[in-house]
Amino acid sequence: MPIDTANLEAAIRNSLNCTHIEIEDQSNGCGENYAILLVSEDFEGKSTLMRHRWINQLLKDEISQMHAFSQKTFTPKQYEIHLAKGVQG
Amino acid sequence: MLRTALRSSLFRPAVLGANRVFAARFLSQEARAQIQNAVSSSPVVLFMKGTPSHPECGFSRAAIQVLQLQEVPEEKLKTYNVLVDPELRSGIKEFSDWPTIPQLYVNGEFVGGCDILLSMHQSGELETFLENSNIIPKVEGEAVPVSASV
Repeated sequence: MPIDTANLEAAIRNSLNCTHIEIEDQSNGCGENYAILLVSEDFEGKSTLMRHRWINQLLKDEISQMHAFSQKTFTPKQYEIHLAKGVQG
Repeated sequence: MLRTALRSSLFRPAVLGANRVFAARFLSQEARAQIQNAVSSSPVVLFMKGTPSHPECGFSRAAIQVLQLQEVPEEKLKTYNVLVDPELRSGIKEFSDWPTIPQLYVNGEFVGGCDILLSMHQSGELETFLENSNIIPKVEGEAVPVSASV
């Protein structure tokens, strides 16, 4: 099954309470290179490493079919700060 | 049923070859020991695609650049090019339970991949971490990283 952004978003929303999701297909259409940005209060109290491991596990099958995968994980509070700083992507 | 199947396949690795999913789950003890040696072969160990002077992937390039910006001394840094070792390439992913390359280890502990390394670098956390891990010297009386300013 080819991976598309809708599949990815569904897989994430199934297990995670997200207030904001950005999924960027950086592959020029071949579907093998994704960057995601997730904002969820479920990340509260978890280290970045724990969050990433969680997402890696959640998207295990999808990631194994990709060439590259990149993620950013924020709590709603962290995301506000991130936006306030005006940091790109 | 499943358990029986798994147990029997453990002793017949050749059968596993037919199924990559299963094959990837069982790292032989020998391979595991070799990777354990590799992750503890130096205070800082980076598993990457290519070499520091010739990275062969943007993520690996970013990771090595961050370590250079942090002035991690060469004698404390060891890198492994997974592109020249297919077994290491798949083995390290299972060993760390991490699906992507590069992967950074400091003092034998898994730190993270490229995303984590970059965000730690940007927040100033990486510098503190490397100082506390005795990788780079502590700088006294100097300005702290921006994100940690009062």
